[in-house]
Amino acid sequence: MVAIMIKKILEERITSNQKIAEGIYRMTIYAPEIAQNCTPGQFVNLYPRGRHTLLPRPISLCKIEEEHITLVYGIVGQGTQEFSGYTQGQGIRISTAQGNGFDLGPNIKKSEYGVAGQVTLVGGGLGVPPLVALAEALIKQGHRVRVICGFRAEPFLIEAFTTLDVSLHVTTDSGDYGFKGTVMDYIRAYPLSSEYYFACGPKPMLSELTAYCRQKQVTLQVSMEERMGCGYGACLGCVCKTKDGNKKVCSDGPVFLGEEVDWHA
Amino acid sequence: MPENKRHPYEQDLRVTIAGITFKNPITTASGTFSAKESGYFYDLNELGAIITKGVSSDSWEGNKTPRIAETYGGMLNAVGLQNPGIDDFIAKELPQLQKLDTKIIVNVAGKTLEDYYTVVEKLWHEKVDLLEINISCPNIKCGGIGFGTSPKMAAEITKGIKKRARQPIIIKLTPNVTDITEIAKAVETEGADGVSLINTLLGMKIDVHTRKPALFNKTGGLSGPAIKPVSVRMVYQVRRAVCIPIIGLGGIMTGEDVAEFIMAGADAVSIGTAALIDPLAPIRIKNELIAYMERYHYKSIKEIRDGFIDL
Repeated sequence: MVAIMIKKILEERITSNQKIAEGIYRMTIYAPEIAQNCTPGQFVNLYPRGRHTLLPRPISLCKIEEEHITLVYGIVGQGTQEFSGYTQGQGIRISTAQGNGFDLGPNIKKSEYGVAGQVTLVGGGLGVPPLVALAEALIKQGHRVRVICGFRAEPFLIEAFTTLDVSLHVTTDSGDYGFKGTVMDYIRAYPLSSEYYFACGPKPMLSELTAYCRQKQVTLQVSMEERMGCGYGACLGCVCKTKDGNKKVCSDGPVFLGEEVDWHA
Repeated sequence: MPENKRHPYEQDLRVTIAGITFKNPITTASGTFSAKESGYFYDLNELGAIITKGVSSDSWEGNKTPRIAETYGGMLNAVGLQNPGIDDFIAKELPQLQKLDTKIIVNVAGKTLEDYYTVVEKLWHEKVDLLEINISCPNIKCGGIGFGTSPKMAAEITKGIKKRARQPIIIKLTPNVTDITEIAKAVETEGADGVSLINTLLGMKIDVHTRKPALFNKTGGLSGPAIKPVSVRMVYQVRRAVCIPIIGLGGIMTGEDVAEFIMAGADAVSIGTAALIDPLAPIRIKNELIAYMERYHYKSIKEIRDGFIDL
């Protein structure tokens, strides 16, 4: 086997870590080596320092700049609770980018008229952050981008999209902000044509959207979430059942084609 | 050279298990290593031996997710020995491992005696150094641990495999028994060339927020530093009950932990959960072991063992 040691665990510096909504934080890290070798849809493993919280926390890349990366994460347990207390200037143990990001290859560039076409990005809750980096990349490729984001009650990251050239649609379950209902309710209520879909969010949302895209005969890429162990492909903890058998969410995914996933598993 | 400038000690890290010499005592615990994925982080040739993920006669799908739950100082897993089966393993994964300059230990899993026999027979012609027989997985419904909790069954499977295997066999023991030395003695009597211990401790976690078991399988195997005192104790007990080599594992996080296992009686060690927490752990731990040996002027692994004062 040819040794290709291309992955690393780094010690990088936090340049900001702020609360942006209830239980939601945005952390920016000075990490040129990661920023220059990653794509939207990939994630990094953050290693807590607590002696009893051993496993890494996989967090998707929200924004990719030349020398910085931004992560938006929710407090879901002790590890993310610990991260939320980190301050500017503090070091953090972080892996280089893991997994396969969204496929931005030639198959989504073409449209009926030979120009970059309309694509729709659908996000739910903590599935919204990776769509920021994705929207930026698609705009660069010349696509017209529509973003539909759903939240329980309090939206976050809205300003990250309003500063981009996208058409933004927001839904909340509570109706406190935007359309009252889920993103799927919105898509069904206001059917809009799109040549390609990308989505990240809760499994039921992704499953429903896959059925919707099948009916519309358009392709959908989904980013899956699963409880991970190692976060780099060694432990087989985070599998996703696909039509080709079990695949590892962390290293074969997290992005899959919606049609590839066995949603009934 | 001035008296106070110590010569760099040349440590001999080599260990011999069942006639096979490893360049160092560090091996990868079964199920926590992937040549492809771990190879992205470090040079696999630095390992003493690679112990593969459990391989069964046919492909196994494993359990449903969630398969992993973090616990205080440890983790639970209920992967359920997902693997592509022995034919696929021999066709795809084994040739990649054979290109490496390290020893290969294939971990063999099964639900019935015949399952185990099929795997070891298919490995007869393969360039593999040792077989590790998993009779201790707590996450499959039949077989596995069923063979590892009864001295009679453990003896029977050892005898059967010994007849059919070309390579020396190491039996991987479960800690989920009243007296692990009874099982160790039973497999030694039937010709086992070594034992590895311990597999995971059966555990459970309930998420009080969702009010459900954290694992789909409800129970799983506990590993990580939380279990180390149990594994050290068992290695110590087994060392005093049998003469065959021991691969010690269970919560090793540092080079000093390795020294502790060697003092307890291990001939080699496996790094498992530590490698999930830090992909480079096997190499870091090896370097820490060298630093420990330098500090106490140990020149060989045997000297660490002999240094143990057990009054």
